[in-house]
Amino acid sequence: MLSNEEIQDIDHEAAKLPYKKAAVIEALKIVQQHRGWINDESVSDIAECLEMSAAEVDSVATFYNLIFRSPVGRHVILLCDSISCYVMGYKNIYEALQQKLKIKFGETTADQRFTLLPNACLGCCDHAPALIINGELYTDISIETLDDILLKYT
Amino acid sequence: MERPLTKNIHAGRQPLSLKEYTTTGGYTALQQVLKNNTPQEVQQLVQKSNLKGRGGAGFNTGMKWSFVPMGADAPRPKYLIANADEMEPGTFKDRLLLEGNPHQLLEGMIIAAYAIQANISYIFLRWAYKKAARVLEQSIHEAYEAGWLGQNILGSGFSLNMHLHTGAGRYMCGEETALLNALEGKRATPRAKPPFPQVSGLFGKPTIVNNVETLCCVPHIVNNGAEWFQSLSYSEDSGTKIYGVSGKVNNPGAWELPMGVTMRELIEEHAGGMKKGYRLKGVLPGGASTDFLTEQHLDIKMDFKSVAAAGSRLGTATMVVMDDATCPVGFVHNLQHFFAQESCGWCTPCREGLPWVEKILLTIEKGEGKQEDIELLQMHTQLLGPGNTFCALAPGAMEPLQSAIKYFREDFDRHIREQKCPY
Ligand SMILES: Cc1cc2nc3c(=O)[nH]c(=O)nc-3n(C[C@H](O)[C@H](O)[C@H](O)COP(=O)(O)O)c2cc1C
Ligand code: SF4
Ligand code: FES
Repeated sequence: MLSNEEIQDIDHEAAKLPYKKAAVIEALKIVQQHRGWINDESVSDIAECLEMSAAEVDSVATFYNLIFRSPVGRHVILLCDSISCYVMGYKNIYEALQQKLKIKFGETTADQRFTLLPNACLGCCDHAPALIINGELYTDISIETLDDILLKYT
Repeated sequence: MERPLTKNIHAGRQPLSLKEYTTTGGYTALQQVLKNNTPQEVQQLVQKSNLKGRGGAGFNTGMKWSFVPMGADAPRPKYLIANADEMEPGTFKDRLLLEGNPHQLLEGMIIAAYAIQANISYIFLRWAYKKAARVLEQSIHEAYEAGWLGQNILGSGFSLNMHLHTGAGRYMCGEETALLNALEGKRATPRAKPPFPQVSGLFGKPTIVNNVETLCCVPHIVNNGAEWFQSLSYSEDSGTKIYGVSGKVNNPGAWELPMGVTMRELIEEHAGGMKKGYRLKGVLPGGASTDFLTEQHLDIKMDFKSVAAAGSRLGTATMVVMDDATCPVGFVHNLQHFFAQESCGWCTPCREGLPWVEKILLTIEKGEGKQEDIELLQMHTQLLGPGNTFCALAPGAMEPLQSAIKYFREDFDRHIREQKCPY
C-alpha cells in the first residue's frame, strides 16, 4: 500500500499534467525515494493510483536505469564508466572499490551498506574520474581519497 | 573579447541570484520584447542572427521557431522545452550555464516562448544534476515572485508557466522526440518525423525543444542585435561557443570563446597542452558521437562548417583528447559499450548491431580478433549509418568507429597480428 504522503505527492505531480498516466515516472521516483527501490507491489499500487495497468508501469520502470527494480543498499555508488573517465583511469578506481567493498558492479555488500553501479558520463569530464553517492557528486577521485569519501556513509 | 554567456559566471561562486542578474542587465531583453516586438519580429531577429542550435545538430534556431503554427487558430497550449539532459559522454557545458547563471536560461526561455506564443514551458534536466536542480527550483520561484513568470507578464497579456522536470536516467531522453515521450511518462523511444514537434509535439501540441546554451544566447541577441551576435564569431557561424577539453591535458575545462577558434588554440592554450609524457593521438571534437580528428587537423576552425569539412562534426564542441598511451581499440570499445547500453531497442539494426560491435571490439582488444573482424566492423558502420535507423543514436555511434578504423588501422591490425593489446 502506498502511504498517504506518497499518494499526496503523486497527486500533486499528476495535477500538473493533462492526464494522470503522464505522472508515472514521477510516481516511481517518489515511491523509490521513500522505499529505496520499486517492488512488484509498488508497481501495482502505482498502477492503481494512476489508472493504468501494472504491465505498463513496469515497462516504464524497467526502461530507466535509475529506477531500481531490485533492492539496493543504504547507499548507492554510481561510478562513471564513460570515455573521459576511462581515459583518466576509472578502472583503477573500480578495482580499488572492488577490493575495499568486496562487490562488483550490480552487487550490494553483505551488510547492505553499499550498492555499486556503473553510470554513463556524469557531466564533469574535466574533473574525471567521477562518482556519485546518494546524489552527492565527487570529482577528481583518486585511490587515496576514496577511503575518506566512503567513511562518510555508514 | 566578449563573453556574453559566462561573463558573470565565476568558478567557485554562488549562482547569480535574481537581484544580481537584474543589476547586471538581466531581464531587460524580456521587457524590451514584451513592450516593443511582435512574436514574429523576435523569430526574425533570431533567424537573422544565424544562431544555430547548440545541442549538436546545428539547425538555425529562428528558422526552427518559424515552423510553429501561429495566429488565433493555432492549436493550444503550445510548449517550449529546454533540453538540459546533457548526457553525451565528454560533454559538460550546459552544467556550467545551469549552475552559474540560471536566470539567463529562464529569460531566454521566456523570450523563446513569447516568440512562438507558448504558454507552458519545461526544463528537462538530467537526474544527475542535483545542484542545478536546486538552483533552478529556486530561480523559477524567484521569477514567479518577481512577475517574470505567471499570468499576464508585465501587463503584456502574455502568460507563461514553467516547470522543472528531472529525468530518471538514459541518454535517449536527450533526443528531442524521445524527450517528449519521457515527459509524457512513457518509455523514451523516439517518434517518427514527420510530424515534427514544431507542429505536433508534447501531448500532440506544437512544441519547440532547444538546448540550454542555445536559449542562453537569446537575451543577448535581443539586447545587442543580430549583427553584433554575428560579429562575435571568427567564422560564418555566429556567436560565441562554450568549448571544452577533457583527457590527459594540463588544464581540462570549459571556456566561452568566439565561434571558430582553432582546435590547436583550445588544446594548447586553454587546456594548457598535453600532460608531460603524453602525446596527442586523436580527438573527438564534439562528444562521443563525432568522428575522430588527428594532429593534422589541429589548425581547423571549430565551427559547424569547418569541422564538417574535415570529416567530423562540431557536435557539442566539448572535445575528448585521446593520448598515445591509451589504446584506440579499448577507447572505441568503451564508446560502443555506452551506445549499446543506451540503445532504446526500438529498431533492429541498432538494438542488435551495437552489442555485436561491442563484442567484436572486446574480442580484438583481448587479442582474440581475426582479420575478418575489421570487415565486420566496417560492414556495421554502413548498416548502422544514416538512414537505416529510427534516430541518430546508431549513426552517431558509428562515427568514432569508422574514423578509428581509418586513422588507427595499424593499432587494430597489431592487436590481431600479435594476438594481444600492445598498450
Ligand atoms: C541520442 C541523442 C541524444 C541527444 N541528447 C541531447 C542532449 O542531451 N541535449 C541536447 O540539447 N540535445 C541532445 N540531442 C539533440 C536533440 O535531439 C535536439 O536536436 C536538440 O535538443 C535541439 O536543440 P538545438 O536546436 O537548440 O540544438 C540528442 C540527440 C540524440 C540523437
Ligand atoms: S537508432 Fe537505436 S536508439 Fe535510435 S530508435 Fe533505433 S534502437 Fe532506439
Ligand atoms: S566521462 Fe565521466 S564524467 Fe564525463
